[in-house]
Amino acid sequence: MPKPIIEVENLTKKFGPFTAVNGISFSVEKGRIFGFLGPNGAGKTTSIKMLTTLLKPTSGRVLLDGHDPAADQAGVRRTFGIVFQDPSLDDELTAWENMEFHGVLYKVPPGLRKKRVEELLKVVELWDRRGDLVKQFSGGMKRRLEIARGLLHHPLILFLDEPTVGLDPQTRNHIWSYIKNLNRREGITVFFTTHYMEEAERVADQVTIIDHGRILARGTPAALKKKARAKSLEQAFIRLTGHSLRDEEASDIEHLRMARKMWRR
Amino acid sequence: MSTIYIMWLRQLKRYFRSKPRMIGSLGQPLIFLLAFGFGFGKIYSQAGRGDYLQFLAPGVISMAILFTSVFAGIEIIWDRQFGFLKETLVAPVPRLHIMIGRTLGGATVALFQGVIVFGLACLFGFRPELKALPLTLVFMFLIAVLFTAFGTALASQLNDMQSFPLIMNFLVMPLFFLSGAMFPLEGLPRGMALVTALNPLSYGVDGLRMSLGLASFYGWGLDLAVLSLSSAFLLVVGGYLFSKIQI
Ligand SMILES: Nc1ncnc2c1ncn2[C@@H]1O[C@H](COP(=O)(O)OP(=O)(O)OP(=O)(O)O)[C@@H](O)[C@H]1O
Ligand SMILES: [Mg+2]
Repeated sequence: MPKPIIEVENLTKKFGPFTAVNGISFSVEKGRIFGFLGPNGAGKTTSIKMLTTLLKPTSGRVLLDGHDPAADQAGVRRTFGIVFQDPSLDDELTAWENMEFHGVLYKVPPGLRKKRVEELLKVVELWDRRGDLVKQFSGGMKRRLEIARGLLHHPLILFLDEPTVGLDPQTRNHIWSYIKNLNRREGITVFFTTHYMEEAERVADQVTIIDHGRILARGTPAALKKKARAKSLEQAFIRLTGHSLRDEEASDIEHLRMARKMWRR
Repeated sequence: MSTIYIMWLRQLKRYFRSKPRMIGSLGQPLIFLLAFGFGFGKIYSQAGRGDYLQFLAPGVISMAILFTSVFAGIEIIWDRQFGFLKETLVAPVPRLHIMIGRTLGGATVALFQGVIVFGLACLFGFRPELKALPLTLVFMFLIAVLFTAFGTALASQLNDMQSFPLIMNFLVMPLFFLSGAMFPLEGLPRGMALVTALNPLSYGVDGLRMSLGLASFYGWGLDLAVLSLSSAFLLVVGGYLFSKIQI
């Protein structure tokens, strides 16, 4: 069995009295595409933040390629790339400058940088707009740029927090086939969250379902479907969590959260 | 090095793309030059101290640098709110480099703003000795570095702009008014002398005056030492505070 590249043990995060992530443990093997699924507020983003040095766990342990963020933040940061759920571009810079900034921060050599920036901006269909300020972009264009940027430096592990939210189906397919290709060619481990179950079913080798900060189920999409006697992962998900992923059954607070997210896009 | 460079470049690009900001930040120094330079000038010269504008101009240049620097530092709050800060924080680069890059970027912008105000002051009749111009620029740059680092370190601990008025009124304004930018440091009451001596901007203004051929109160050696040491200190503190940011 290959050695896990992500190891998480009893990871917990409390915000005051509220427990957002409640003692979760899992591991991901190198080269896998790992789907981390759960309804709004389940604790997915909070977990990713703890994995990527943005947030200190209340307790528990994380290892990324053997590096512990509690002891060696720099080491951890060298292992991953991330596409955040929330906006993270510099609006006052052009698309190309945002890519360039990232490439320099991650020390991608100039020749390679130029080649990849062009290739990626073409994949996300922003090459013609590379000289435009990001503040002139639509929400979907910004998202595409963020994804392109996240793929620029070919890390060991790629975190994608709802990467394809707000993108049209065609673009989503396009981007996922690029990512799968990268995964196959370079063995990049992909850790992603999504609310599109058919997407998860299609791309993930492994999925883990989390709700209220706890892991409810894990396995391959096929195994989960079998376990829940469901025809699709979507159905399996509903049976396992007791509610749907989409916001129809979401509480008022979740609605507010969604609305805020829309505004910020 | 590349981290410092790219952070620096980003600050410059943002600044030069925002013309209203460039022009807007000239307003305050202009008013000071006009209102005080010409308004108070008469009283000052009647007191037998010579031409007030010659005295005031280095103070107003320092003011322009101070405000632009602190603003440039505080800009990091916008980065946090617009989400760009995350991109910098997860990058595998030393926090100190992020801090230095940001600071040098903001400081370059502030220096530029100071040079413009210098030019404006000359238009109004400011006639300094320009023999030590490189030293003048050094002092201007040190003031800029010091207060950008100060603004950045401070703002790294803030989540939103709500405390901004607090910072302006209780930190930046006092820093400016209690620095000898507006009045001579000789013969101050003891309490006031102590306060100005504890304010690093006093040394910046003093050094700047000296380099322009006016009398120095602390001596330029002390001026340089205070400015460089406090800048270095704040850069290190800022780098440390950066490593503690959680989002
Ligand atoms: N900084 C914070 N302070 C207090 N509570 C927080 C904070 N960040 C997240 N939470 C809470 O923690 C819980 C988990 O949030 P998280 O963002 O991890 O959910 P998620 O699974 O990513 O949801 P979504 O699908 O909506 O993105 C939520 O109830 C949220 O309100
Ligand atoms: Mg989330």
